[in-house]
Amino acid sequence: MNINTLEIKNLHAKTEDGTKILKGISLTIKSGEIHAIMGPNGSGKSTLCKVLMGHPNYEITEGSATFNGKNILDLPTNERAKMGLFLGFQHPLEVQGVTLGNFLRLAKNIQLKAAGEEQIAPREFINAIKSHTAELKMDDSFINRSVNAGFSGGEKKRAEIVQMSMLKPKIALLDEIDSGLDIDALRTVANGINQNFERYKPGILLITHYQRLLNYITPQHIHIMHAGKIIKSGGAELAIELESEGYDKFINN
Amino acid sequence: MSVPTKTQDSLKELSDYKFGFKTDSKAVYKSPKGLSETVVREISKQKNEPEWMLEYRLKALEIFNKKPMPTWGGNLGEINFDNIHYYLRPQDREKTNWDDVPDEIKDTFEKLGIPEAERKFLAGSGAQFESEVVYHSLHKDLADKGVIFESTDLALQKYPELFRQYFGRVIPAHDNKFSALNSAVWSGGSFIYVPKGVDVGLPLQAYFRINAENMGQFERTLIIVDEGANLHYIEGCTAPSYSTESLHSAVVEIIVKKGGRCQYSTIQNWSHNIYNLVTKRAFAYEDAEMFWLDCNIGSRLTMKYPAVYLLGRGAKGEIQSLAFSGKDQHQDAGAKVIHAAPDTTSKIISKSISKNGGRGTYRGLVKVNKGAVRVKSHVACDALLLDEQSRSDTYPTNQIEESNVSVAHEATVAKIGQEQLFYLMSRGLSEEEAASTIVNGFAKPIIKQFPMEYALELNRLLELEMTGSVG
Repeated sequence: MNINTLEIKNLHAKTEDGTKILKGISLTIKSGEIHAIMGPNGSGKSTLCKVLMGHPNYEITEGSATFNGKNILDLPTNERAKMGLFLGFQHPLEVQGVTLGNFLRLAKNIQLKAAGEEQIAPREFINAIKSHTAELKMDDSFINRSVNAGFSGGEKKRAEIVQMSMLKPKIALLDEIDSGLDIDALRTVANGINQNFERYKPGILLITHYQRLLNYITPQHIHIMHAGKIIKSGGAELAIELESEGYDKFINN
Repeated sequence: MSVPTKTQDSLKELSDYKFGFKTDSKAVYKSPKGLSETVVREISKQKNEPEWMLEYRLKALEIFNKKPMPTWGGNLGEINFDNIHYYLRPQDREKTNWDDVPDEIKDTFEKLGIPEAERKFLAGSGAQFESEVVYHSLHKDLADKGVIFESTDLALQKYPELFRQYFGRVIPAHDNKFSALNSAVWSGGSFIYVPKGVDVGLPLQAYFRINAENMGQFERTLIIVDEGANLHYIEGCTAPSYSTESLHSAVVEIIVKKGGRCQYSTIQNWSHNIYNLVTKRAFAYEDAEMFWLDCNIGSRLTMKYPAVYLLGRGAKGEIQSLAFSGKDQHQDAGAKVIHAAPDTTSKIISKSISKNGGRGTYRGLVKVNKGAVRVKSHVACDALLLDEQSRSDTYPTNQIEESNVSVAHEATVAKIGQEQLFYLMSRGLSEEEAASTIVNGFAKPIIKQFPMEYALELNRLLELEMTGSVG
């Protein structure tokens, strides 16, 4: 298997109004690894995801991010996606009049074309997407509904994982994929992420506020982020420490 | 987010108006520029019209000269009425066989796919080049059932009584300045009569082409759908791009009798030098149904407000429209419904997309007359702005003179958001593909009501309009 590597070095970023959000992030994620970044609100976790995916509201002031050795910070968002990066949104957006099925087929075919592969046949595509909606305990009818339009919070998150399942990214950034989920939905979404991991061994970066997601997904690496920096990295045991002692212990040190 | 220059260049070629080609065609007769009694008399003489029509035209000319220019709507100040040819006859006589149409004109329509469309999915078609209908045909079985589909000029000659009974009854010459102009110099257009109980089935289509520079096209369409009959009529229009203005000012009158149904679908794709000032109105009687499906993509300025007068109990009116305004374009479009009878219902859906400083306006009227009880009306206007420079305005007017009615209006204005583009781009779509996807999704509820062949063409047109830079 090819090992894909997303390497972030000393990354600094600020918003348009000059507020510094990222203050020197270094992190390397490889195929077959699950990382989790945990941290209190406002620590810059979501910004890191957006910056890595090329959101236009942020300016990089220092540092680098490369994917398999190639600088991605100058590439438009869609080019990063075509390389195999994926961002699961904390708040997925609605697109009226465009069905989830048609949207995903368009996205998949763009990806296949970029990879020099043949377009997927419609029937094969439909079968694949149906198996993934079933895995996420979503009704087939979502395939023919406008992307995220009128979906509940939980349905939007499930749909994000259906999209991930279809696009099979090399590195997936999942931004608070657990927020707004009840316990059953959390289990379903976590199970979907695990299945993706088992099937094609992507690198996964989970951004989460709460430890509870990690009851279902076991990362090899946990990072605690605060005020734009990773202040502590460790193994799965770090989550348990956090659970019992809270962020304060790490922040105050 | 900027699109790489190279992509922009390659896409720019695509975005050129593909209907902008010119045909070298020699007119049989062309009136000198400008509007006068002499010109009106010459048009009537060329057409060998009865005296009453000449009188009608001359009276309309008087009305046109007296009426002031509208001061609302779009900017009409740059129309120079003296710089327009009001009548241009491209061939001797209207043909019923494509082979008989002069080659250069036939080529034009072949490039536009007209004969092919007729063969594939139409019950009949007509083609107007400049001022005259050059070709008309109707499936034989429909002709046998008594359906009439002729150019309006020919109908005046062949069915003088039927013609005179309905002509100018729905939209009188004095209705507005441009209906007066049309009444004075009208030429071409379709005349359709569908007898009682006849369902035309497949659509009838007319295609309007302006080819010459500084041309005025003033077609006049009159449709009568008799009791219990059913008709779907589709019109399309294009023109070459010139640097100077041309004028298209049509009048469309429709009468739908008891229990009849008429759908009138328009794909307006004039080049960007055309002023498109059109009056369209239908009378719907008891339990009749009138549906205007109106797509405006081209022209410099369109002012068009398809109207339905609901004159009989239980009549239904529906007006759905889609307008696209790009650079230097203003689509001032809307709808008018007059509820003049009890238990009548109406639905108005208007969607506008504005890009590169384009301007979309919804201007609508819902009127409920005294005595029109239990009326239901629903109006929904959605605007999508693609950048900061573009503009959308909504001017709805309700005049309700009856209390036992339900009239609702909703309006939304959305901007294509950076977050939405970012979301789609994070799945691999380029910025243009993302914007195009959002626009197509927005337009889909209107477009999907066209027959499939037209829906595909409309999607393609919108995609072409969407290529190039995004705000």
